[in-house]
Amino acid sequence: MANVFERAGRETLSQLDYVGSLNIQLWATLRAMRKALPLIGNRHRWHAAVHQMLDIGVEALPMVALLAMCSGFILAMQGASELRRFGALHYVIDLVALGFTRELAPLLTAVAVSGRSGSAFAAEIGTMKVTEEIDALKVMAFEPVEFVLAPKYLAALVVVPCLSIVAGLSGILAGGLFMFFSTHLGLPLYFRYVLTSIELRDVVAGMIKSLAFATIITHVGCLEGLRVRGGPDAVGRSTTTAVVRSTFLVIIADAIFTTIFYFVGKT
Amino acid sequence: MSIISVRDLVVEYDGRRVLDGLNLDIEPGQITVLLGGSGSGKSTLLRQILGLEHPKSGSISIKGTDITHCSEADLNKVRRSIGVAFQSAALFNSLSLEDNVALTLREHTALAPSIIDLIVWLKLAVVGLADFGKLHPQELSGGMKKRAAVARALAMDPEILVLDEPSAGLDPIVAAELDELILFLKETFQITALVVTHELDSAFRIADRIAMLFDGKLLAVGTKDELRANQHPRVRQFLNRVPANPVHTPALASYLGRYVQSQEAQP
Repeated sequence: MANVFERAGRETLSQLDYVGSLNIQLWATLRAMRKALPLIGNRHRWHAAVHQMLDIGVEALPMVALLAMCSGFILAMQGASELRRFGALHYVIDLVALGFTRELAPLLTAVAVSGRSGSAFAAEIGTMKVTEEIDALKVMAFEPVEFVLAPKYLAALVVVPCLSIVAGLSGILAGGLFMFFSTHLGLPLYFRYVLTSIELRDVVAGMIKSLAFATIITHVGCLEGLRVRGGPDAVGRSTTTAVVRSTFLVIIADAIFTTIFYFVGKT
Repeated sequence: MSIISVRDLVVEYDGRRVLDGLNLDIEPGQITVLLGGSGSGKSTLLRQILGLEHPKSGSISIKGTDITHCSEADLNKVRRSIGVAFQSAALFNSLSLEDNVALTLREHTALAPSIIDLIVWLKLAVVGLADFGKLHPQELSGGMKKRAAVARALAMDPEILVLDEPSAGLDPIVAAELDELILFLKETFQITALVVTHELDSAFRIADRIAMLFDGKLLAVGTKDELRANQHPRVRQFLNRVPANPVHTPALASYLGRYVQSQEAQP
């Protein structure tokens, strides 16, 4: 019996330790982020940040757009098959428009970015740790947080909301195509309906979510990389953990944000 | 006046004492070799001197600054006068050889790019890699990587050069070349060097002073001749390459004989 409590306690402590490290890292990165900004910061960090933006954002664009279009079709078709029975097919427009701006666009983007870039962060930093490159940075009087983490976080904060907008547009476009082929509703008219059903509040909620997801993905990926001890096998494990943990935390955060927005929206 | 002085240094990992009240003085303009077997605490002492880890107690002062109790800014100031070549070279894999050497010059100095190019070329020429500046670390052989790491360590014209196992894993010719390079640097630039090694030939070729570590303590410090004359059994054992736990050949032979007999006895 004592063994169970012991294990539960140890597990709780290690999880608390993890959350604590995540917080410390987040604040350290935020403090170092000024150096990564253009004009007022260090131009080498800004160059690194631009490089990361291309890597995280531009290269992921086709994948995210395709992912969102497929999900848009799925959502529209699943919704239509039920709503048609009540003669309420036009509600598919609201379903797709609201579903994507509030929920699916940030979430799909987060899953794609965590799989592509979260794992890459963990692998890159983990390898730097194993090959003593992080120690080399320190003894060359560089701050690893400023040198490695800040450009990545800045890039993610800029790029993930952009990707999320692209995902939203693609998903809504897919819904429009479905409506066009099933009810011959013209695309211009479809987009006018979409604009009437979305409010600014929904767009802002989606953006806040994607900023939070970008934070989670970057910091979990980087922390897993920095916690690598030992050899190349540890790097492999860290990439897996980075994806699993960041996806998990993204969905938890999504649930929390959705709850908050639900109660804020009611009043 | 010693340039690095270590006082009563105690380091523990998980309650296991790795360095036990160690005292060491390193004189400017000399090559000090840190000699010791695997697990004797050489690398730990090096990491302490570079400020990568904090000791349990004791102090280390470099050029008059106590790096165990100073601010991060002061530590970085001290670090700019130290050049380090790590055991695994720790070159940045994403940068070319030139960029690896140029990194600190670009970020810590306000020199013009043309001057930096010249300095980089010079440093690479010193280690015989002037024609390989455009290559990336993964395109180099092990010996070239080690020499490139020395070139990077020399980039900022450091007062102190720290080399961790410079000749480990190199063939005798390249190892000898590296020894000559270290001697050349001392004679030309009056550099203070701290070389960690367990290769006796190399140690006796380059050292002005040899410090021998065993079990977290300094066993002997002195010139080559003083060490050769030292009668401490552990020092004699190390210098004469006597195994610590010799395999008992007669016992092994009788054991094997009995095993063969028992196998033959079976039908």
